[in-house]
Amino acid sequence: MKKGKDLLTEKRRKKPREAISNTNLLMTITICTFIGMYMIAMFVWGGGFLNPQQFLDLFNNNAFLIIIACGLTMIMISGGIDISGGGVTALVTMACVVYLEDHGGTVAGSIFMALGIGLFFGLLHGILVAYLEIQPFIVTLAGMFFARGMVTIVSIAPRTASHEAFLNLKQMRITIPGLGYYGKTGIFIPAQIELGVVIALIVVIAVAIILKWTRFGRNLYAVGGNSHSALTLGINVKRTKFYAYLFAGILSGIGGYVYLLHTGAGDAANATQAEMQAIASNIIGGTLLTGGVGNVIGTLFGTLSLKTITNIVIASGLTKPYYQSITTGLMLCFFILLQSVILAVREKGAIELLPEWLRPGKKDKGQG
Amino acid sequence: MGSLFKKLTRSQLAIPLFALFLIVIFNLIRDPEFFSIAIATNNDGNTVLTGNLISIFNGASAVAILSIGMTLITSSCKGQDISVAAMAAIAGSVFVSVLRSNEITIPVILLAFFLSCVVAALFSLFNGVLVAVFKIQPMIATLILFSAGRSIAYWINGGATPTVSSPLLTSIGGFIPGIPIPTPIIIMVVFLILITIVLRLTNLGLYTQVVGISERTAHMNGISPVRIKLIAFIISGVCVATAGCITVCRIGLINHETLLLDAEMDVILSVAIGGNALSGGKFNIYGSVIGAYIIQALTVTLYAMKVPSAAVKAYKAIVIIVIVVFSSPVVKDFVFRTYKKLFKKQAEKEVQAKAA
Repeated sequence: MKKGKDLLTEKRRKKPREAISNTNLLMTITICTFIGMYMIAMFVWGGGFLNPQQFLDLFNNNAFLIIIACGLTMIMISGGIDISGGGVTALVTMACVVYLEDHGGTVAGSIFMALGIGLFFGLLHGILVAYLEIQPFIVTLAGMFFARGMVTIVSIAPRTASHEAFLNLKQMRITIPGLGYYGKTGIFIPAQIELGVVIALIVVIAVAIILKWTRFGRNLYAVGGNSHSALTLGINVKRTKFYAYLFAGILSGIGGYVYLLHTGAGDAANATQAEMQAIASNIIGGTLLTGGVGNVIGTLFGTLSLKTITNIVIASGLTKPYYQSITTGLMLCFFILLQSVILAVREKGAIELLPEWLRPGKKDKGQG
Repeated sequence: MGSLFKKLTRSQLAIPLFALFLIVIFNLIRDPEFFSIAIATNNDGNTVLTGNLISIFNGASAVAILSIGMTLITSSCKGQDISVAAMAAIAGSVFVSVLRSNEITIPVILLAFFLSCVVAALFSLFNGVLVAVFKIQPMIATLILFSAGRSIAYWINGGATPTVSSPLLTSIGGFIPGIPIPTPIIIMVVFLILITIVLRLTNLGLYTQVVGISERTAHMNGISPVRIKLIAFIISGVCVATAGCITVCRIGLINHETLLLDAEMDVILSVAIGGNALSGGKFNIYGSVIGAYIIQALTVTLYAMKVPSAAVKAYKAIVIIVIVVFSSPVVKDFVFRTYKKLFKKQAEKEVQAKAA
């Protein structure tokens, strides 16, 4: 052991190499898998995968899922679960379209409406889970039922938005300079992203900052890791959980609006199974349902991996929908088993099997 | 009187029974004829019982059977299996594909049922191994089959929605000639009695609870948590196959997309409404079954009130939230303390009055 003085002076030069934390390890695996998978797809199938627009479409089509999954990451880190994301998304799309079409609404009004719906669900879940101590699964299940039912009460028939100002916003595309592809006629078509992608990336960065550098974010990890010791350390466990659900609710509202910006239609079948896809993204991204471990960057790559595997399955000629869900299941199975094995090996013995940088810090000291 | 009240409020079944009671009262006030049972003749010429009460019990039988298996899993593994409906689709597909390749007789039906039980138990065992051996949380482990299960059923069916029709199958899904009670209700009751006998005669129920409360304690006392969890999953697999086959017999075809759609949510809800903690430990199978009937009674009531079928979910959600709020530990504690305060004051007053 070095003395504190030495550590201070030699901090810059000789920083002792710390073992990588569970969160970062799982995230690194996800990012590597995604990059590897995409590389292989580029070499093997080429074609669409070499087209930058297809890569960006991965973001365009799934911006709402990324946003919902980010909210879910916060909740899962705090040790809870939220399965209402898809329902709230569908409700927001329908309510906003009906408001814009039938009630002469404005774009600003519809944005406030989306945020308001998200806030309502966030408040409801937060109060019920954090302060009344009801199981989060049941609360958010009821939330999902409520949202899905409300969609059909608002309007049974699917609606399409034709509000002019909204359509202008929907058509807004941001061109990425330097990226693009040559169309069939030989004209250079620049690659574009939608407004929703910008929102999604802002959300990812914001949540990453919250988790990494704010007290609330650190409290989330503490509460999820062990809520009892968090309580004895003086962390307000209930309030932390409450805010997690509140944030996730608002993010669901934003996600719903982004979905609307992408499709421009309100439909009761919107975002079906989005909640399960969000959970799957989180798991692939290295967030554990037990709480205390997770990272929002991993979630982002988890979503992308989940969607890339679908693209690969389609590209390899297995176009029937059941191949996609079977491969999704297999991929989930692979990641779940991988995480379970890695965590088990790191926690228990068998340390000698692992390279040095993978060994947890505590055990190193004990052996040294 | 006081002790009876105490016993009732402390009992796990208090809230679900009270909720069921409220739904019954509400319906009786709304329409006194709601629960009347009539005797009618159906298309096959059998005399059968009809009425809302029968349709509640009949409609809930699949979910009630599923909730039995779910209760055991919840209790021992501290989590829920969200793949039951998808596995029921697989079991149903196996059932139908065996029936379609043979002439439908009673032994063939039994064989098909047995095979679908085996297949469902194997799939359930896959979940069980992930949960018990690899120590993955049940919800995540079953997410795999949740997303892939219906596709496997699609693959078994060859992408079609094959139909099976036979008077024997109609008598399983509907009525046996001569017996006026729908067969699914009878199967449900038989199943419940069987499970009760198993739990009473063996230590399975006790062991399951011990594993759910503390795995360490269970291990120290010579109970293998892994084995208990696997048994829970296998029993759940049999429940899944039974529920799947009943549903297939009732509708006469297997549609992998819609068979028992969203039933896993209803099943988990009925376990929770039945007063079982979703975090494992003590359980009461009858609570879960009552929970399933509450959900079905609610649905039938809403349909009777001419609520559009797609909007039923919203009203259901409100009632569920009310039920879980009242059964939440915080609210229960609050009610209990208020009651105690009132009761104590009364007692003190009585004592004072006596002293005076």
